[in-house]
Amino acid sequence: MGFSCKLAGEVPDYKIQSYLPKSYRKAAKLMSRDIELAVVASDEALKSSGLVTKGIDPDNINVDPSRVGINFGAGRISCDLVELSPAVAVSITDGRFDIKKWGKEGLEQVTPLWLLKYLPNMLACHVGIIHDIEGPSNSITCAEASAHLAIGEAAQIISRGDSDVALAGGAEAKVNPIVMIRQCLLRRATSENNDEPASACRPFGADAKGSVFGEGAGVVVLESLERAQGRGVKIYAEVAGVGSSNGINPAYEHLEPDGKGIQIAVEKALEDAQIQPDDLDLIVPHGTGIAADDMAEARGLEAALGEAVKKIAVWPTKSMLSNTGAASGALDVIAAVRAMAEGKIPAAKNCDRKADGCNLNIVKQTQKTDIRYALCCSYTYGGQTAAVVLKSFDGEATD
Amino acid sequence: MIEKGTTERVVITGMGIVCPLGHDVETVWQAILAGKSGMAKTTIFDASTFPSTFGAEVKDYDPANYTRNPDIHRHGNRGSGFAVGAAAQACKQAGIDIETNEPSDGIDRSRLGIYLGAGEGSVDNDVFFAALAEGWDSDKKEMDWSKWAEVAFGRMDPMRELEQEPNMPAAHISMLTGARGPTRSCLTACAASTQAVGEAMMMIRRGDADVVIAGGAHSMIHPLGVTGFNRLTALSTRNDSPQTASRPFTISRDGFVLGEGAAMLILESLTSAKKRGVQILAEVVGYGSSSDAFRVTDMHEEGRGPIQAMTWALSDAGISYKDVGYISTHGTGTTENDSIETKASKGVFKEEAKNTPVSSVKIMLGHLIGAAGAAELITCVLAIRDNTAPPTMNLNDPDPALDLDYVANEPRKMQIDVAMNESFGFGGQNNVVIIKRYQE
Repeated sequence: MGFSCKLAGEVPDYKIQSYLPKSYRKAAKLMSRDIELAVVASDEALKSSGLVTKGIDPDNINVDPSRVGINFGAGRISCDLVELSPAVAVSITDGRFDIKKWGKEGLEQVTPLWLLKYLPNMLACHVGIIHDIEGPSNSITCAEASAHLAIGEAAQIISRGDSDVALAGGAEAKVNPIVMIRQCLLRRATSENNDEPASACRPFGADAKGSVFGEGAGVVVLESLERAQGRGVKIYAEVAGVGSSNGINPAYEHLEPDGKGIQIAVEKALEDAQIQPDDLDLIVPHGTGIAADDMAEARGLEAALGEAVKKIAVWPTKSMLSNTGAASGALDVIAAVRAMAEGKIPAAKNCDRKADGCNLNIVKQTQKTDIRYALCCSYTYGGQTAAVVLKSFDGEATD
Repeated sequence: MIEKGTTERVVITGMGIVCPLGHDVETVWQAILAGKSGMAKTTIFDASTFPSTFGAEVKDYDPANYTRNPDIHRHGNRGSGFAVGAAAQACKQAGIDIETNEPSDGIDRSRLGIYLGAGEGSVDNDVFFAALAEGWDSDKKEMDWSKWAEVAFGRMDPMRELEQEPNMPAAHISMLTGARGPTRSCLTACAASTQAVGEAMMMIRRGDADVVIAGGAHSMIHPLGVTGFNRLTALSTRNDSPQTASRPFTISRDGFVLGEGAAMLILESLTSAKKRGVQILAEVVGYGSSSDAFRVTDMHEEGRGPIQAMTWALSDAGISYKDVGYISTHGTGTTENDSIETKASKGVFKEEAKNTPVSSVKIMLGHLIGAAGAAELITCVLAIRDNTAPPTMNLNDPDPALDLDYVANEPRKMQIDVAMNESFGFGGQNNVVIIKRYQE
């Protein structure tokens, strides 16, 4: 039957060459789309931070490369099947794939540096080369929980003194036939609503039928408070707490029904931020639109936050952004920071009627409100969970 | 974030390994000391026409022997399966109860973390290639995607597809152990599991976990993996003599031999280890992570990144290069790696560079890629325990430009109190971990 879901969240056109220094343009042919997206988002993040790296302007660098780290969440980058197809084409005997022919002839058709396009650490490597980032580098591969874990680790690396600045976030391009077919096979992708792309992904909705997958990259520049204040730059928000745990479910393509892994991650993040559930003004949940998973996440949040869960505004983003896998947590952190900066929580899209038993306070109408603390959380098939508490910056650092 | 103390000492209380030389730590260590080789003709798939027809495979292994719930792990890819066995052994040694749902080992599961450097699972080769072959329109010379999708959707198994995600080995360990503490999985190529151990130590130092199962799991012995490395000309093609093919530091070296496996270490706060009264195998004292920021295809000529990582690890440990008794090198046997690693060693160890014994156990184990660093770190723990540096086999025609103190062809009895483990990944990821003999 092929693709049961025909929808995707695609990134609008961009020209990768315009994000690469002249001396590095040749390297574009070594970049899978995941890598390109990370390069583009890193460029924007650095420009908005006022930090000048080698990639921004080699003559006016204002940061010590060895004190800059990089932590990216990355997906299992699936190879470009079109690129492999000529190699497969010469490896066919009587209409069937012939591994002996592949080893002799097919393999020769594969471009020599092929593997390097698909290693998950190559996002951080290319960005690191462009901007001369020589400090700690890591690539977190916990699927949809990756970006929060990467941002959390980067913040901890700064707080322990191993770097002053970090590029952190995630990128993934899921609009690839094999990635899409996997999500169809696992029945995580919606098979309904194919005619109505904009309303297809319905997190926490009574009529949620599955997720829509897409591509994206989100990168934030983290910096020690001392260094940021020292250069008098605009501070968008503070990473106040991080937590992570595991969901344990024999059916590990889904979150466990009671959301215990989410509960523990959220509790740890609040503890790390030294706040109570009541202190939260906004939650950006993982909310994929997969009904059972949304429900489990809602239960986990409720268990962690108690009565407060009924009051705290919840704003799921995947109804608009699609599920961008390893990038998704970074997109949510950026969304939460922007909501904080603007004092506004937009109305949730595609959740006109909540699923029965979901006690989250999904934002129905756009609210003007001061947001002091926001919580972002995520989980993935396989169980890893993550939570990040962000605090609006008020000129004072937390202890 | 709470500024938490970083004074907590971190010790190793358990180890487990599944690799081409065996399925338990002692067997593997004795095989290494005896200079045995895990290399042989590839059997996992028909590699007879590939440029490299051999590898270091894990043999006669069944993860079901290591878990009370084999059913939960039945979909596991090779890496996940290896992870289960290695983690189960490590837990057993450390007294972590994986036999019941109500463990009585005194470890709060929300403070039992996981940090792996783990690789992707192999694609489901038969279906993967069949879909491409059947989707190929030989008249139009292009892919017919609806045909491809029909074959793929019809024949691919959802769980086998899911199992290709690199976070799956960590998933299996959480199901095996009930771990609910902080969990991460990273994939920084060949440096991944050294990084995992280093960051796991940081989780404990920060106070976020009492115990962390740290290590790596990976198998790239599959058609696309071998294709990728063969195209990079990273693999030895000495098909006529698999057992002498891996020969780091020699003039005739021609690449590494692809291996597979998993290696796990139980990292624990000293406080928790003492409270539980478990045996302490070694102390993890230093970690450094850096990036070359040079080229994705080559290491920096002067070894800038490796030098930085080694220097940071020493400073994190609060020791001098003079204190290091043994170095487990990345030592892959590629022309470039061995030269630059030697240069970097000289940059850090200065006058001591030629007096500090170094070895590469990849010659016996093969290159376990994501799992390499953790497997090699286990050999460092044993080197300290037995005061014996493992041999660098096949070192019969030394490269005159490489003049460190290689432990050539025979293990060496010597006092070793501090060992440094180095791992460098494609793309310029460098990770170094330092361990020390445990003393009160």
